[in-house]
Amino acid sequence: MMDTRPRDRNLRFGILALTALLALAALVAPLPVAVPSLSPQARTIDVNARQFAYEPGTLTVQRGDTITVHLESLDAAHGLSIDGYNVNLQAEPGKSADITFTADKEGTFKFRCSISCGALHPFMIGELNVEPDSPLARALLVTLVVAVGAVLYFWK
Amino acid sequence: MTDQRLELTRIPLVKRILASRWLQWSLIAITLPVFLLAILTGFFGTPAGSRNFGIVFVWIVWWALLILVMLPFAGRLWCAVCPIPAPGEWLQRRALVQPRAGGRLYTLGWKWHRRLDNIWLQNAAFLAVALFSVVILTTPFVSALVLTLFALVALGTSLLFERRTFCRYLCPVGGFIGLYSQVAPIEVRVKDHALCATHKEKTCYVGSDAGYGCPWLIFPATLDRNTYCGMCTECLKTCPLDNVALYARTFGKDLLTHRGRRLDEAYKAFIMLTCALLYSIVLIGPWAILKETAYAVGSPAWWFYAIFFLAANLVIVPGIFLVCVVLGKSIGRIQGATRQLFVEYAYVLVPLGLAAWAAFSVSFVLINLSYTWQVLSDPFGWGWNLFGTANWQWSPYWAGGQAFLQIPILLVGLGAAIAVALRTAREQRASPRAALPIAAFCLAFTWVMVLLIF
Repeated sequence: MMDTRPRDRNLRFGILALTALLALAALVAPLPVAVPSLSPQARTIDVNARQFAYEPGTLTVQRGDTITVHLESLDAAHGLSIDGYNVNLQAEPGKSADITFTADKEGTFKFRCSISCGALHPFMIGELNVEPDSPLARALLVTLVVAVGAVLYFWK
Repeated sequence: MTDQRLELTRIPLVKRILASRWLQWSLIAITLPVFLLAILTGFFGTPAGSRNFGIVFVWIVWWALLILVMLPFAGRLWCAVCPIPAPGEWLQRRALVQPRAGGRLYTLGWKWHRRLDNIWLQNAAFLAVALFSVVILTTPFVSALVLTLFALVALGTSLLFERRTFCRYLCPVGGFIGLYSQVAPIEVRVKDHALCATHKEKTCYVGSDAGYGCPWLIFPATLDRNTYCGMCTECLKTCPLDNVALYARTFGKDLLTHRGRRLDEAYKAFIMLTCALLYSIVLIGPWAILKETAYAVGSPAWWFYAIFFLAANLVIVPGIFLVCVVLGKSIGRIQGATRQLFVEYAYVLVPLGLAAWAAFSVSFVLINLSYTWQVLSDPFGWGWNLFGTANWQWSPYWAGGQAFLQIPILLVGLGAAIAVALRTAREQRASPRAALPIAAFCLAFTWVMVLLIF
């Protein structure tokens, strides 16, 4: 049962407010994450698609890079649609596809097949990592803040 | 503590609807045809899961409704409208809507064995389904086979055993619905326990001309958690004293009741938590080898997957949690059996696990929901276009923005889990410090989920 004495109520309110403030700070404050050592580059990445995998499954680029994805399909028609980016290309065996875009958003973005290609099609997924991945760092930090805040809030 | 509940059945319309015998029947009249269509399309429709009504409606639409809406907000509501036990229940009653005199049931009426009066069989059944889930979720024929098997077992159980024995002890889905329904802000409870004590006939349990005895084998007066209440509202109909009500309440209220906590339920919490983690790795991760291994049932690699899957569920995750419990016991100098403390703390995993499932589900439900429009017009994938939507293109909803839903969901689950952990430590008359290892476990788990879904 929660203690409803005014002093405790005030303390709880203070913890709640501080947690919210720190969580907000974790979301917006500059983070000491690694800054890309190279200036933005143009990169071409070859991706092979087959049922139900991309090779490579994880693509890592730097923020600001201009990326050209060259998609080859090895067995059936496959697509490559990147969450959060307006990128969708489709390839068939013997008919590859290319698309060029700027990796202007940081974070990890799933890419997935956009053409129904068989049983595991909904789970034909890869990842594009645009470094530095500050959204992930922020999410982990906010999680820590909330955990500590919850411990303090429910301590008594 | 004041009773912070709102009696919804005080609203005449709500009371009238819940007391009507037509309510449950009319809802099942909707879900049963959908269920039958899911089976038919599974057997006879296209083998492409994303173009098959059975796969899309069961594993995307129904699953999303269950995990994201019904469970957190309405508890076991699904069990009240589930079509799987309905044919068996109708046969038991030899009636669709109106009750037989005295609430009589036509079944051999076998009693479930006392040693099986727990959810271990449901745990085993869920693990069995989970182990093959990559195939079940993606292959219409197999999915239909599993649903048919559920329906046949439910039917057979109804003919042999009393009431809803299948739902209570066998249904693989019912186990986790019961566990997570403790979070829901809604409950069916008696109003005045003293009044129940004076009522000798106990019509809520044995039945009457007004309805049947509790199909879930519960005596409503003893009900203090949602876990085994199927929310069928039969007790509202059979109580002549108007002493049963539907209440709105605070979220997670059942987690404050530590009476009746058991190892089988604790293990259900571990199984659910671990499966959410493993599915997030296997299904939505970028590691194709894991998906292919999980799909290649019977291959040598699959056996390794199966052994690891079962070990993670039954040994590894519970083992790590046990280390945290022992550490907390030492820090808090808690007396008593470690086993009982392990069980008590396991309920911390209820909000944590539900949040993990919700976050995991968001990641594929929003992406794949647009397949719904195609299969509505062409459920079998035979080239029909019933509503003109068969050729609508796949279009992921809120792609890239899902984390804005997933992270808050995980944080709410984490906060609630820590609250339950600290309360459990207090119930043991220990310092809150005793709960810190459990809180650390919850934080570590949430971090891993963030890493996987982000």
